[in-house]
Amino acid sequence: MTADHRTHILDGVRSTVSILLYPLQTIASTPTDVGNWLGEQFTSHQTLIDENQQLRSENLLLKAQLQKFASLQAENIRLRSLLKSSRKLRDQMLIAETIAVDLDPYKRQIVINKGQQSGIYAGQPILDAYGIMGQIINPGIASSSAILITDPSHAIPVQVNRNGLRTVLYGTGAANYLEILNLPNNADIEIGDLLITSGLGGRFPEGYPVATVVNIKRDPGQPFARIIAEASAHLEQSREVLLVMAQEHEPQLLSETLQDDENQSDSSGSKTDKSSAKAADGASHE
Amino acid sequence: MSNRPAAHGGIIIWLSFGVAFILTMIPLPETLEIYRPEWLTLILIYWCLALPHRVRVFTGWLVGFLLDVHMGSVLGLHALTLAVVAYLAYKLHIRIRLYPLLQQSLIILLLVALSQMLVLWISGVTGNAPSNWSYWMPSLTSMVVWPWVFFLMRAIRRIYGVN
Repeated sequence: MTADHRTHILDGVRSTVSILLYPLQTIASTPTDVGNWLGEQFTSHQTLIDENQQLRSENLLLKAQLQKFASLQAENIRLRSLLKSSRKLRDQMLIAETIAVDLDPYKRQIVINKGQQSGIYAGQPILDAYGIMGQIINPGIASSSAILITDPSHAIPVQVNRNGLRTVLYGTGAANYLEILNLPNNADIEIGDLLITSGLGGRFPEGYPVATVVNIKRDPGQPFARIIAEASAHLEQSREVLLVMAQEHEPQLLSETLQDDENQSDSSGSKTDKSSAKAADGASHE
Repeated sequence: MSNRPAAHGGIIIWLSFGVAFILTMIPLPETLEIYRPEWLTLILIYWCLALPHRVRVFTGWLVGFLLDVHMGSVLGLHALTLAVVAYLAYKLHIRIRLYPLLQQSLIILLLVALSQMLVLWISGVTGNAPSNWSYWMPSLTSMVVWPWVFFLMRAIRRIYGVN
């Protein structure tokens, strides 16, 4: 027990033994799967048409936004290259499905149907369409378990989207609710503020929504405000989850900047001329 | 010892543990989740009472180890507690077999509560332990379902001639 608690030498044993449990987990999740399948089979024609229509219009809207996003991304990269800070903005994703099994009722964990075979590793962030869900803790061979951000032993570095105030968000163990324990009473945070990942700590990619502040209790007798936030991700409902694939962030960043510097010194300033002309162009448009 | 008939029906024993595992994993609504009986502990105790020469501490340890892997708890946590439960059930099996069903259920309550207490202690030492009274509900529900588990398992054991 101590060996497992203090070190990682038993991780291999755990992931190997988990292959024995995989068939059982699959059987256990069958009733839920069958229920979902029956639900899909017996939806009426009209509901399907309505849903299809709704998805079409949503798709159109998203595509339109994506066009704007592409141009914004290009602009962002251009501006960042001006500032000589290159950074990857697009992350690689992998889709996995949750297996409907219950674990410890006093922890917030889920099981997904992808494992080391698909390149899953411990500490990998998972998210759904609405925000960060958590991270992988035990990657097995064919399935892995993940801890949700609401687990009482989980903490995630975030920042307030409105003003960039950095803090740490802790899980409470209650479904969908998180709390901030260490912001002073006079901190600039309001109900309705969106908290996004800050990328500090190097585990979660920067800029994904995590939670929205729903309640703030400022007690003058206490050194810290008690702030409750509601998770953006649909933690208890999502069947499909997205896994952010490895990016080897830090070393690449350093080598890239070095390369950029070399390139710029090689091309004897012609490139900087061009980019500053572009920047001037952009300024005149605005 | 020598005139005992050849052991068979091992598959039935492991199938029963498999079913107990599935019952432990099967998703329940949030409100019912805390009342889930400790199926694995119950099945383990039954086999320890019925076939103490086949199912003992090592089986308890093995089943507990698998449960640890499934639950993501510290490896060895449930292995230890189920081994302790199996040991006690084995030590007391002659006595428990003679008890009327109600008294048996009370012993089950004690055994499951003991295993839960060990889990609570160790998870308290290693980090976060749940701190509400509903944590103990599985002991009560295990006690309530014990008579049914007992009759069902006895029927299965007799039909398939597990010995």
